[in-house]
Amino acid sequence: MADASTFPLKSIFEEAGNQVIFMGRFFRNLFRWNFEWEEFIRQCYMIGYRSLPLVAITGFIIGFVITLQSEPTMKAFGAESFIPKMVAISLIREICPVVIALICAGKISSGIGAELGSMQVSEQIDAMEVSGSNPVQYLVVTRILACIIMVPLLTLIADAVGFAGSYAGLNLSQRVSPILFFNKAFNSVEFGDLLPAFFKTIFFGFAIGFIGCYKGYNSNRGTESVGIAANSAVVNASLWIIVIDGIAVQLTNALGY
Amino acid sequence: MEQAVQDIDTEQQQQRADEGHEDVIQVRHVAKSFGDNQVLKDMSMVLHKGENLVILGKSGTGKSVTIKCMVGLLEYDAGELKVFGKEVKSLSEEEMKELRSHVGFLFQSAALYDSMTVRENLEFPLKRVLLIRDQADLDRRVTEVLESVGLPDAIDKMPSELSGGMRKRIGLARTIIMEPEIMLYDEPTTGLDPITSKEISELIRSMQKQYKVSSIIITHDIACAKITSDRMLIMDKGTFVAEGTFDELSKSDNEFIQSFFKL
Repeated sequence: MADASTFPLKSIFEEAGNQVIFMGRFFRNLFRWNFEWEEFIRQCYMIGYRSLPLVAITGFIIGFVITLQSEPTMKAFGAESFIPKMVAISLIREICPVVIALICAGKISSGIGAELGSMQVSEQIDAMEVSGSNPVQYLVVTRILACIIMVPLLTLIADAVGFAGSYAGLNLSQRVSPILFFNKAFNSVEFGDLLPAFFKTIFFGFAIGFIGCYKGYNSNRGTESVGIAANSAVVNASLWIIVIDGIAVQLTNALGY
Repeated sequence: MEQAVQDIDTEQQQQRADEGHEDVIQVRHVAKSFGDNQVLKDMSMVLHKGENLVILGKSGTGKSVTIKCMVGLLEYDAGELKVFGKEVKSLSEEEMKELRSHVGFLFQSAALYDSMTVRENLEFPLKRVLLIRDQADLDRRVTEVLESVGLPDAIDKMPSELSGGMRKRIGLARTIIMEPEIMLYDEPTTGLDPITSKEISELIRSMQKQYKVSSIIITHDIACAKITSDRMLIMDKGTFVAEGTFDELSKSDNEFIQSFFKL
């Protein structure tokens, strides 16, 4: 399936229709009794554990850089003591969920797209189907569910490591007690900050898994299409993440969070 | 060209199909297009129970499309295609799953699951289709089928560690392990050296004898056709243009048919 961004209007609607049909297949197979636990746990390991170093380093650097960048301005206004609060809220509510989701789109969605795309090219998916097995249940449901669970967990880890990065950044110019820093940071965070961000990342996880699976599963037969599937999975998943974020912000504002 | 070659008596085929029980696959006037490109044109054939039917033809004449239509991987546009007396196009998802559990399909590339070992490849359909959970039973079936394809030592190897011929054998083992009643082979000897091709062809013959399967073998390898065929159909431009045994067709004075038999 070619990249949707190069399609004329008719093809965009066709692509949207195909995505809806594929989503229907996912939900239909989600509730079938013979759940693939073994493959699901393997995917959680591949998607979650294998992404941990990248996510932790990114989270640390985000916290570190935000603190270094904002410190001179805060100092000019005599508001240095607000740095832990500012960093905590911005990391939890917006920066970590979106940045980690975009990183996961690059790493996970493209990986799924390429893996399923190459399975399609080498007729492995057809072989599963012809044998009477259910490739959607085995390949698609497990991967999307693993993303739904692992992306929020990775974001929480990035939040925590981001606090540590912020503390390290602040300690470059002045000596701050870790107890004081983390007390200030955690006291400023409310349940209302954490909950919408957490729910948002569940949808990000779904978008990352779904787009990766859709692009890979429906790729064409040539080897070139594996690259196209991986590339368009990243582009489309990133776009979905930005759109979901925009909707989530409007929704949380309307609900008063 | 089509007028020049021997016409297949479709009425005779239809009559044979109408007689019923012995034909496991019946195809009547099937057509299939991809956009403007008509791949199958008014195609008719039958597969008798227990026979090896070889479909011989040039690349791109619709041979693979024909067998993919038989297992519902592709949907035909017109005509009638019955497997075990059931119209493939009208089957529900569950009925299709049931049908596929009786039909084995060996892909040209063998299509082994490359993230799994040979053992996991073989256990995959057993656990999911036959719902066998007993490890001793799984082990017994896997060992048995690996012995029958001559590769008992490959059990813990990854597909990337296997040669082309070994991959074909494991692919065959993965389909045979389900004890299908029909086997569809998509160019089983393509890309193999002549010695391995002969071994695979002989293996196809022994599978027919050992498991009593009815088979369709898609090929353009005449040596494979000679070893495996009970009956042959020659395909050109989306339809069958000649039918007969290997000996009958090899003696044909038609230039097109002879072109397959010339070395």
